[in-house]
Amino acid sequence: MLAAIGVDSVAELFAQVPEPLRLDRPLALPEGMSEAEVYERLAELAARNADCEEQVCFLGAGMYDHYVPAIVDAITQRSEFLTPYTPYQPEISQGGLQAMFEFQTAMSELTALPVATAGLYEGPSSVASAAYLAIGATRGRRRFVVSRGVHPHSRETLETYAVGFGAEVEEAPLADGLTDAAALAAAVDDETAAVLLQSPNFLGSVEDVEALGAAAKRHGALLVVAVDPMTLGVLRPPGECGADIALGEGQPLGNRLDFGGPSFGFFCGAEELIRKLPGRIAGETDDVDGRRGFVLALQTREQHIRREKATHNICTAQALNALAATIHLAWLGREGYRELGELLLRRTAYARERLAAVPGVEPLHGAPVAREFALRLGAPVERVLERCAERGIAAGYPLGREYPEHEDGLLIAITERRTRAQIDDLAEALGAAIQAEAGDLVANSATKSPEGVR
Amino acid sequence: MNQRDEGVLTIYERSKPGRRAAVLPDAEVPEPPLQELIPAKLLRTEPPRLPEVAEPEIVRHYNRLSRRNFDLDTGFYPLGSCTMKHNPRLNERVAALPGHARLHPAQDPRRAQGALELMWLLQESLAEICGLPHVSLQPSAGSHGELAGLLLTRAFHADRGEARTKVLAPDTSHGTNPASVTMAGYEIVKVATDERGGVEMDDLRAKVDDEVACLMLTNPNTLGLFDENIAEIAALIHEAGGTLYYDGANLNAVMGHSRPGDMGFDIVHVNLHKSFSQPHGGGGPGAGPIAVSQRIEPFLPRPQVVRRPKQGGEPPWREHHDLTNLRPEQGEASYVFDLDHDRPKSIGRLRGFQGNFGVFVRSYAYILSLGADGLAEASETAVLNANYLEARLAEGRAGKHLPVAFDRHCMHEFVLSGKPMKKDLGIATLDLAKRLLDFGFHPPTVYFPLLVDEALMVEPTETETKESLDAFAEAIDQILAEAEDDPEKAKQAPYTTPVRRLDEVKATRKPVVRQPLD
Amino acid sequence: MADASYPEELLYHPEHDWVRIEGDQATFGITWYAQDSLGEVVFYEPPEVGSTVAKDSPYAEVESVKAVSDVIAPLSGEITEVNEALADAPERINEDPYGDGWLVKVALSDPGEADGLLKAADYVALLG
Repeated sequence: MLAAIGVDSVAELFAQVPEPLRLDRPLALPEGMSEAEVYERLAELAARNADCEEQVCFLGAGMYDHYVPAIVDAITQRSEFLTPYTPYQPEISQGGLQAMFEFQTAMSELTALPVATAGLYEGPSSVASAAYLAIGATRGRRRFVVSRGVHPHSRETLETYAVGFGAEVEEAPLADGLTDAAALAAAVDDETAAVLLQSPNFLGSVEDVEALGAAAKRHGALLVVAVDPMTLGVLRPPGECGADIALGEGQPLGNRLDFGGPSFGFFCGAEELIRKLPGRIAGETDDVDGRRGFVLALQTREQHIRREKATHNICTAQALNALAATIHLAWLGREGYRELGELLLRRTAYARERLAAVPGVEPLHGAPVAREFALRLGAPVERVLERCAERGIAAGYPLGREYPEHEDGLLIAITERRTRAQIDDLAEALGAAIQAEAGDLVANSATKSPEGVR
Repeated sequence: MNQRDEGVLTIYERSKPGRRAAVLPDAEVPEPPLQELIPAKLLRTEPPRLPEVAEPEIVRHYNRLSRRNFDLDTGFYPLGSCTMKHNPRLNERVAALPGHARLHPAQDPRRAQGALELMWLLQESLAEICGLPHVSLQPSAGSHGELAGLLLTRAFHADRGEARTKVLAPDTSHGTNPASVTMAGYEIVKVATDERGGVEMDDLRAKVDDEVACLMLTNPNTLGLFDENIAEIAALIHEAGGTLYYDGANLNAVMGHSRPGDMGFDIVHVNLHKSFSQPHGGGGPGAGPIAVSQRIEPFLPRPQVVRRPKQGGEPPWREHHDLTNLRPEQGEASYVFDLDHDRPKSIGRLRGFQGNFGVFVRSYAYILSLGADGLAEASETAVLNANYLEARLAEGRAGKHLPVAFDRHCMHEFVLSGKPMKKDLGIATLDLAKRLLDFGFHPPTVYFPLLVDEALMVEPTETETKESLDAFAEAIDQILAEAEDDPEKAKQAPYTTPVRRLDEVKATRKPVVRQPLD
Repeated sequence: MADASYPEELLYHPEHDWVRIEGDQATFGITWYAQDSLGEVVFYEPPEVGSTVAKDSPYAEVESVKAVSDVIAPLSGEITEVNEALADAPERINEDPYGDGWLVKVALSDPGEADGLLKAADYVALLG
């Protein structure tokens, strides 16, 4: 090979790297390991994580321990889906393009908005991306009004991106677990590019999106709604509530927890926004022989053509994760998806009632909930969580850090894997933990502080 | 039925009322009417029209679809700028371990020490490879890393009381660069390329001023050429007070041989789905972690994964560490790993939770598998393979009709121009690419970079054998020979793929982006 | 339109735009060369009636499947009419760039600017 190139050594090929910039030592990393050794090392790291097989998981906050059917892995692990890149050559990418088309159809059905893209990274950055779209769509307005019920990660991400947009973000408060409608309406004006809501919101409450959205309509602002894709079988979809954009965290559909990623963000919009949407969109067409086929449509929106005027900078997205979602939705099917939503609603109602009956536990608010709800504990939340963890239960998400006004708050998530027995167990564990803490309080003059972190 | 003729139905068209795959658990709890739980006006009246298909049909459907895809595990995929290297299946196996796969992101960090340690080790490894001490794994892809880098730049300047307005990038830059610049609120200014294929220094000097916040480069660049002036470029931009950003898309050329930090870059993004073997997934997932210099560190996204000595109270350990002798702790760990939220100058969050952890697992497994020696060898072989293929394509018909755009040794990729081919043989780069499909190859990247007419960007990567490269060169030669005889052959190609050329005009004029179900 | 043509009665801007002047009203469009380079036009969004255009500055974009092109105003003025039909039939720009493919009508603010434009023969010479 060197002869063909016309050099005597590979080193000559690196001659274009100036001498002072050539690393004169090996990288300070361990030497390569055998496959078996790498496996052992990764298994050892995995063993030090309390995963959902070790602890019963009531953690939610946007990502949930749903059951992903085995066929999802079987299909997404196929080389033909796993290893190609973006379908730039459509003739040899019909599998991926049709999968995108089927995904887009599914998300459009779920949200009741006519146009869906092939997806973005995850939920919170999709919220920020919607804000970016709204600037363009409202010819340069640079104010956003976001409900405090929107996921804290989404609000924080929006704040980060807003610095680049030169935009201002105002937060509308919650009242008793729901967005304060009057405060929201007062915050929206003719400079508002978008009103951003979430339903169910972070505290689990199902919001009246249509009523809240009226303020956006009055001022010509876009209504952006983040939704939970597992609840759209039973909750009124954003497209029927006046949303211009519906988006959210797609993880519950077909994707593992994976300590937070990769998952995907779905992003759907009204017809008139189609040319402003971010990222890939598959479209149907015909080939020269009249066969039906699919291509990447409306590419002039994207960075590889529009460059600095692109609707978004995204290139690599989360295609495989979107495929996983499509398969999961096909597996659930029209009836199964609705049934699953009903099951979540009923188990959640049961859980809230059961837990609220535990001494020292109260619901944080009385708003209707779908699959997640917030409680108030009569003992320090971190201590209660620690005791429950010792019993093999990850009891929920402590609200205090992101909602200081709810320092005693705990967010409990329900999936179809959380059985009645596990819920009853949680009730017992919470009760015992609160009692033990009360006992400790009486017995000791100071509460023990948890060692280590936070 | 051969797959070209089989009409492929969508999953919706295979739907038959009453069929289903899922068996769900019983509710086990009381089942009041939903209206008792949620006000009727907030309830859905008609369920979404998802397909009704049994499990065997679902599997057949997606298996059939998969066979309508060309993929890297099946054939050569020299897509320039994408680094389509082999994806080891070990990485899938370890990523699927329940300790990684079924770990909730909000799990107490004390009970996610394996995950946090993995992230920390990956950070340290990337820091060493890039030559920059501080890493954030949060960005989800290269573009996301670019946005992060520009927001870090903005925060850096704001911290010094400055508000600069412009970002420079070469005319050869990947489209994501200018798109990210606009999202970060800057104005893009293009810098010319000289006849060696590097940054045109006089043009750069003319454009660097105190309004320039940052210069975005990749090195080697999208022409596959290492910019010998990089040290001077770095000095120029730093003297003017700007930051120097490295698009890590081409890192595969220099791992273990040269480090962007040593070249003078302040901020680097790494594409884990390129150099670090994360499978491309048909368009993701990937990840775009960023490595930054000491002066940029305070602005890194929050939260950061940090390591602290176990005896509490001490601040997070922020210096960079030599990992050569790192071994799993025997017995009780003397360190703890944590998510540090206390970052007063941070630009904030870029996304939910901690990032694409599943991608980190795979990339870390890859780094462990290759090690210091293997990573350096990977880059060396990538450069060797590219130069060999470039040399093969400089011979015969390819040499005549598809000359290399810049006549010098490339690094890991090279760009050819189809302009003579178009003139002499009447076929465009597009036609060549379509005819390559019939030969069982994925074509190189076409029509990028914009600087080169009828561009063809070829990146073989290190995981191709000599035979694979030879076969590709032979196919090119054959196609050119065909075109000498009959250009129509390529212009009407492909013939043997599941579909032939598609009407993109129709798809864009009257977009149909979902199945109508009415 | 299959064959290149550059009507004599029009004036041309080097960025491949034409003007038909009638008193102090003008009609703008893109030339045969421009539509040929672009390929089949798939999308054109007309600017708003009442907006101003400035000579040598872009006032709209024309899109093909794989490219986007700025349309440059050959003269300055205020837009009085836009070709709405192009929203549904952008291909008219290819088929009849000087007729049905017209883009905007403008009330000129400085008719004297026309002196700086090219005659058909000079524009063709520019194309080389």
